[in-house]
Amino acid sequence: MNHINEISKRKAINFFALSLAGAAAGLGLFWLIFILADVLRHGVAYITPALFLNEAAPPGLDGGGLKHAFIGQLLITLFAVLIGIPLGILGGTWLAEYGRHHSIGRLISTLSDIMISVPSIVIGTFVYAIFVKPIGHFSGFAGALALAIIMIPVVLRTTEDMMGLVPWEIREAAFALGAPYYKVILQVVYRGAATGIFTGILLAIARIAGETGPLLFTSFNNMFLTTNMNEPMPSLTVTIYQYAMGPYDDWHEMAWAASFVITLFILSLTILGRLIIRWKYKN
Amino acid sequence: MATTIKREYTFDKFFSGITFAAAFLVLAIIVSIFISLFRESLTAIDAFGFFGFISSTAWDPVREQFGAATTLYGTLITTLLALIMAVPVSLGIAIFITELCPKVLKPIFSTAIELLAAIPSIIYGMWGLFTFAPLMGEYIEPILQKSFKPIPLLGQLFTGVPLGIDILTTGIILSIMITPFIASIVRDTFALTPIQLKESAYGIGATRWEVIKDVIIPYSKTGIFGSVIIAMGRALGETMAVAFVLGNKHAIATSLFDASATITVTLANEFTEADGDLYLSSLFYLALILLGMNFLLLAIAKTFLARRGR
Repeated sequence: MNHINEISKRKAINFFALSLAGAAAGLGLFWLIFILADVLRHGVAYITPALFLNEAAPPGLDGGGLKHAFIGQLLITLFAVLIGIPLGILGGTWLAEYGRHHSIGRLISTLSDIMISVPSIVIGTFVYAIFVKPIGHFSGFAGALALAIIMIPVVLRTTEDMMGLVPWEIREAAFALGAPYYKVILQVVYRGAATGIFTGILLAIARIAGETGPLLFTSFNNMFLTTNMNEPMPSLTVTIYQYAMGPYDDWHEMAWAASFVITLFILSLTILGRLIIRWKYKN
Repeated sequence: MATTIKREYTFDKFFSGITFAAAFLVLAIIVSIFISLFRESLTAIDAFGFFGFISSTAWDPVREQFGAATTLYGTLITTLLALIMAVPVSLGIAIFITELCPKVLKPIFSTAIELLAAIPSIIYGMWGLFTFAPLMGEYIEPILQKSFKPIPLLGQLFTGVPLGIDILTTGIILSIMITPFIASIVRDTFALTPIQLKESAYGIGATRWEVIKDVIIPYSKTGIFGSVIIAMGRALGETMAVAFVLGNKHAIATSLFDASATITVTLANEFTEADGDLYLSSLFYLALILLGMNFLLLAIAKTFLARRGR
């Protein structure tokens, strides 16, 4: 009898513990839905054509928009991508190919992993020290540089991993035809790893698109539309911060609308990236 | 023919050269981050020293007295709180994904949890400031205060006026943000447990929970430890979400309902306004300390994760 009691006690503990795990999973989903629904609820209401078409109105006046911040964000991200992606792909190429047996290659690979987790605001202070301070003013370029530095290790590590997935025999087949190594890489390995690298780029863009901290003291902010990368430049994220902390209701509304746009953009990129990975590497 | 081969050889050298330069750039960037932050901090290092700086609670721009104790304390206490809440939940999520979730739902549920990590920190800040903090201040914190304040010692943690802009709210938001990091690494580590070990345990009549508790978790402990340290690094460096809900107050808080400041928030709020070399230099010094802590933690985590499953 005692024996049966023991078994039912163990079963009860089992049920209880697994229910807790289920509850934890439910909690995770709850937060996700809570946050997304909240951004959706607040954001959608304030999405108006004026948001995209108008520049900032003087504080307290109606009818302002965030055109300047959208354009600034696009420009900063574009320049960051132009700097960060080629460097990341080239560096990853060396780690996966020429440098794969070098100890310095392994060191760089490990350091990149660590650098991915360096607080982004520290990157901001670094760019301030080496770029903003010497030239004497904030600029869109400085913001792009900060984002590029955040991006490089991400792209580099994905490239390295994705090129490593291309079977070595395929390279040997190309070598056997007399192709030099750079041609093997450019025409064979890149082709095999293209989808993976592309996904890595999508995820890296998703990562930098929401960055605020590193822009605070590099591109700074600006209430006016500018396409001059050498001037302080507005970005959506810094504008959200400024508007959310500000005293005006219409600022808060615009901050919500901008939050919605940026969340939608980033989550779409992330989900797209995951779908591509699943579609490509499942079969 | 010979010239073609020679040309190809030159091209190859060239290509390997530029790829090496790009890879080396990462090393160069990391070294220059350390060097330049150190150089910018020199003024503050000269003025306050290391132990003097981290043990001083002063943060007075007017009298030019700066210390890292309050911000360091704020950083560590919010991180600790976040870990306490995130670790059990993350383990639960990892157990759910590997052992309980129906196979068709697995990828969907994993992606959903990872989306929590994709939401930018400023969005957590917006949600925290306008939705979650008022909720905490109006409903949850008064209830907590009522039930815990009478308890001696523990009650001290629940004193003060609950406004929602405080350490507790920050800790909860941080814990939501780091949960996906722990959960996904632990899930991968759980999956490394050899099936033979699990089946032998089932074979001698262990329940599912006993297999998890006595086989999978002990087998995965290095991975779990590594993931917790990585999450700690993330929480230490989190900026915008914290900037919205912590209140930016330079003081040693003794209650969960007190406002506080972290290194990151101090940087975000004061960096562009810092007048005076010593002020700016002290901020750089804070950044350097944060970078040092983060680097150290990540290096430890990498060693643990490399040993995983051995």
